[in-house]
Amino acid sequence: MANNSIKPQQFAEQASEIQPQMVTVEIEGKPFQVPAGVTLMKAMWYAGKEVLRGAGCLGGFCGACATYYRTKDDPKVKTCLACSMAVEDGMSFSFMPAFPARKAIYNLPELKDPKQDLFELYPEAPLCRNCNACTEACPQKIDVREGVWKAVFGDFKAVADMFMDCVMCGMCAPVCIADIAPNLVAVYASRSQGVHFTEKPEGLATRIKKIADGEYQEDWDRILQLSDDELQKTSASIT
Amino acid sequence: MDITAQQNLVHQTRDARRAIDFPKLSPAERDALIKKYHPDHRGQAYRSIKFGPNAGESTVTEVATLLEGDSPISAEFDLTPEYSVDVLVVGGGGAGCAAALHAHAEGSNVLLATKLRLGDSNSVMAQGGMQIAVAPDDSPVQHFLDTLKGGHMKNDHDLLKVMVEEGPSIGQWLLELGVLFDRQADGNLHVKKGGGSSKARLLTCSDYTGLEIMRVLKDEVLNQKIPLLEFGAVVELLSDGKGACTGAVLQDLDNKRYVVVAAKTVILATGGIGRLHIQGFPTSNHYGATGDALVLAYRMGVPLVQIDTFQYHPSGGVYPEQLVGALVTEGIRSEGGHLVNAKGDRFVNELDTRDVVSSSIIKECEEGRGVRTAAGRVGVWLDTPLLDVAHGPGTLDKHFPAMVRQYERYQVDIRKDPVLIYPTLHYQNGGVKIDVKSETPAPNLFVAGEASGGLHGRNRLMGNSLLDLMVFGKRAGQTAAERAKSLKQGKLTLDHLSQFRTEAKRHQVSTGMTSPMVLPAYTRQV
Repeated sequence: MANNSIKPQQFAEQASEIQPQMVTVEIEGKPFQVPAGVTLMKAMWYAGKEVLRGAGCLGGFCGACATYYRTKDDPKVKTCLACSMAVEDGMSFSFMPAFPARKAIYNLPELKDPKQDLFELYPEAPLCRNCNACTEACPQKIDVREGVWKAVFGDFKAVADMFMDCVMCGMCAPVCIADIAPNLVAVYASRSQGVHFTEKPEGLATRIKKIADGEYQEDWDRILQLSDDELQKTSASIT
Repeated sequence: MDITAQQNLVHQTRDARRAIDFPKLSPAERDALIKKYHPDHRGQAYRSIKFGPNAGESTVTEVATLLEGDSPISAEFDLTPEYSVDVLVVGGGGAGCAAALHAHAEGSNVLLATKLRLGDSNSVMAQGGMQIAVAPDDSPVQHFLDTLKGGHMKNDHDLLKVMVEEGPSIGQWLLELGVLFDRQADGNLHVKKGGGSSKARLLTCSDYTGLEIMRVLKDEVLNQKIPLLEFGAVVELLSDGKGACTGAVLQDLDNKRYVVVAAKTVILATGGIGRLHIQGFPTSNHYGATGDALVLAYRMGVPLVQIDTFQYHPSGGVYPEQLVGALVTEGIRSEGGHLVNAKGDRFVNELDTRDVVSSSIIKECEEGRGVRTAAGRVGVWLDTPLLDVAHGPGTLDKHFPAMVRQYERYQVDIRKDPVLIYPTLHYQNGGVKIDVKSETPAPNLFVAGEASGGLHGRNRLMGNSLLDLMVFGKRAGQTAAERAKSLKQGKLTLDHLSQFRTEAKRHQVSTGMTSPMVLPAYTRQV
């Protein structure tokens, strides 16, 4: 916004003051000089690019900055999160555009047999041809291909465990020759595991009932009529 | 001295440090430490707000300037609505998703607008967990008292009581949506102890609690086919001319076009202020954390509460350079990780409240006991390898996979070496004034989550934010939906804005700043 009296851009550039050494990187096929060691995201800002699509949490959790990159002289194109990867000289990178993967629509509690329903919701899931491209594309190093098969064979517990690290960047989807979006299959399997195949914690139900039955009312009455001083003493006394 | 040599001191002193039990500070000691070292007490960073509902009150310059900024919308703006809905939810993080889902469940016609993508938020990064009093030895009353103590007794009692009492039913709701909280062997919810809490009360999904919750909520918002406007930033509210909120003007950031939304009720769930980089601090916050709700509500005449207090999370990254300001989970300290200065000594009880721990780190560094990096930054050690030593090899891998990965990307192995940390701007303790239904003094305008204020007092306890989002997101969503049933769409005017501009003129304020900021100006002018 215009005439901003706050100058947060110093944070994007900070590293440049500290490490004046510059490297050349290619962003979307065009060379730019950027400070050595900054993240790919900061390199974008340094290069003068406005970032709207492609920046989210900036902490490696939201998957907005899914990026393809290649290091100098290496033909292998790899994947990363631009907020969590440092530039190096000769690197070439581009953000991944939004990929139009299909998400199935479902009402989880109403599903009678989620492990079977998977084949209706995601009929492409069992068509995996084991090329392993999804696993290679995962910046979180999840064994995605294995996860798809676990889902197909109904081991939803394993899927949930394997995909706890999944930031939903979706980089597994464009590479799939069977048009599977493994991250979406995994969310379905993981949520189904929670809704249908995980026991209800008894302690929680007990606590909810106690609250509803007013079991804490006496404590509340006692606490809430205290003066500020007394309340402070009471709070301080608990360890 | 290079980093490796300095790290060795941490390894050498580990056993000796483990033998020491470091006491928590007394209330008087806490207050003295905070007054001297906490950034909230740096007078020169503060100034008085010149006009509006909080005129004369003090806040940090960055926020005051933002509040006094002008709207991008002119008085003659054409207010013909493009959307007409029961409930407009602004914000796609935890509070926004919860509000949208609950309003939708009540049968409301909802529009969810968010300036980035659905789910891009601070919520998704929450690693430490979610405080809910579920353990047998715990109770909502204990949760209340712990939070009050952490908030320096300044919390709004009514809001706080609502949060702690509704916690367990929120846990239930999330389980019903398929959130996979960590469990004990007997099937009950596993609880961890968080800083400032007397009981183990943190529900976790390893160190991906926010991510797991947000994956589920996003998926459910899509399943429910709630209409979305992504990359749609709110830039002004609309009022009926009598003080009630009747809609908003959004800007579609993809094509810069303004979009007028007529809404019977509006819920602002736009999060906090980290990207204002208050007092020059780096931040753990997401790209869009620019305090939009503060500005919009303020222009509607709604007061802000405790807007002079911010949370500087004790453990922001310092080294490597790429992780500066990034959050290092508090879970490490919850599981016994020590904070160690350049002399190899502990200097604070690591499980004290965040403001105390941050102040003590700043003190160590200002008094010359900090560790300096080659890049000129300063911090203290967080002894991560201690966890594997104390609880057995594999503990870090099992409990902190996200953090192991966070550092591995830069060739730092937290299992072998400690990491350097320094406080990072993390949370807005105060915010827009709300009641127990999450409604502001402006009728039909609701605020939920970090954008709202009062609940956390002057310091938020770890794990209370995720719960705040879910409880008040729900309350806002349900109340707004209920309200909309009996409400006719009000007139769309910018009267509140005219009044605000008149006030600005009267006080001869012209900051030259347009607010809300929407996104930080990181792009270098080349």
